[in-house]
Amino acid sequence: MNICPNKLETQNICKYFAQELIIENINIYLKENELVSLLGVSGIGKSTLFNVIAGVLVPESGRVLLNGQDVTGQAGRISYMQQKDLLQPHLTVLDNVALPLFIRGLRKNEARSQALRYFKDFGLDGTERKYPSQLSGGMRQRAALLRTYLFSHDVALFDEPFSALDTITKGKMHRWYLNLMERINMSALFITHDIDEAILLSDRIYIMTGPPGIITQEIIINEPRPRDDHFLISDAFLEYKRQIIKILSI
Amino acid sequence: MKKLPNITAKIYPATLLISLLLCWYLITKIELVPSFMLPSPGDVLMAFIGSFPELMYHAKISLTEAFVGLGISIVLAFLIALIMDRFEVLYKAMHPVLVVTQTIPTVAIAPLLVLWLGYDMAPKITLVVLACFFPMTIALLGGLRSSDPDALNLMRAMGAKQWQIYKYIKLPSSLPGFFAGLRISVSYSIVGAVIAEWLGGNSGLGVYMTRVRKSYAFDKMFAVIFLIIILSLILMKCVELLEKKTMPWAQVDQEQESNF
Repeated sequence: MNICPNKLETQNICKYFAQELIIENINIYLKENELVSLLGVSGIGKSTLFNVIAGVLVPESGRVLLNGQDVTGQAGRISYMQQKDLLQPHLTVLDNVALPLFIRGLRKNEARSQALRYFKDFGLDGTERKYPSQLSGGMRQRAALLRTYLFSHDVALFDEPFSALDTITKGKMHRWYLNLMERINMSALFITHDIDEAILLSDRIYIMTGPPGIITQEIIINEPRPRDDHFLISDAFLEYKRQIIKILSI
Repeated sequence: MKKLPNITAKIYPATLLISLLLCWYLITKIELVPSFMLPSPGDVLMAFIGSFPELMYHAKISLTEAFVGLGISIVLAFLIALIMDRFEVLYKAMHPVLVVTQTIPTVAIAPLLVLWLGYDMAPKITLVVLACFFPMTIALLGGLRSSDPDALNLMRAMGAKQWQIYKYIKLPSSLPGFFAGLRISVSYSIVGAVIAEWLGGNSGLGVYMTRVRKSYAFDKMFAVIFLIIILSLILMKCVELLEKKTMPWAQVDQEQESNF
């Protein structure tokens, strides 16, 4: 037993597609309540790594550990959220959010009442009986986030979740998200190509370069949470940004 | 707000329809075509009222055939579409064959069906099935196969079993296609039943049609044709209502759009 066990850990993950090495020797970890970002340009294999961690893809080598348990290639343990909210148009917001609980085999009423408890915290009050098409982009992402949270309370993967939103909505979502994290316990791994987003939200940032995708550097953001807009224009923020741009441009 | 554009949209086809009826009336009025060849709208209406009990009796038979055939087609379409979606090999093997079956002219095989299956309802129902199940199968299959691969992936990541993926994603997303197919199929089903009845049998609108044609009662012919049109329209309307009932979310989408 470790003193401070990692929530999630990957060990030496390699993944090929058609003989081509996509990601090489990925070793990353995520501690409880930590928010870690994976930053890199598009097409570097970030999403491949995510699918491996989510258990949808099986790596050629390496292991995925969740709470110290080997879950390599096992789907149904860790949920993820994409920039597409993937809310089903034919389900009400409540049923969409409760979908992972339905899948787990909970009775409909039980699943719905469990999901309902979080509607207020996630700012979704009053949307229960609506259909996704009646919600704004930001609200839909919140619903998608709640669905992810209900699926696996402790660890969640986010694949560029806010990148489809306009800048202003995105800023609002960041503030809302940071605020939410103060109230709920969730360890999260974020994929992003947005440097500002990574610095604002993360405790640590892994920088991925390639191809093949490898983790080049780990940057620790030493800034207390909750962070606000002042941090975005502080010298410390710019220093982090300068450092990251330098690594990415090599 | 919403009703207004609806009404104006209906004025155009109504005007066209009324002018066509008027043309018809005038043509018969000035006897451009002799009245035994083309009865006037009034004659047709009188024939319709006069032979109403007969028409209803035969319509009941035809509708029964159409409904049974349609029911079998729906079940068949679901089964075939589901296995074709589930097993790629079957999709590849069956899709071209299904398309070929559609090129067989129904009128041409109707006599064969009568020879094989007799004068009862069996050949009629078979023909209805042949005419109906294809548009529904193709529409359903299209819906099933067009599910968002990302959504399917997410379902798998959430640990969903195959049947759950069908229940929560694939079947609901195939419903709009299914109803599009069903709308076409209901009108095919009545026409299919009538065509089959032309070639043999003791009752049904097709049989009645043949009978009145042979006695040159053109006004009654027209009455049957109008009855078939009315029945088809009613059935299509029923499908529309059923669609609204089963897909409440689609309603919301439309309202959403009209708000912009």
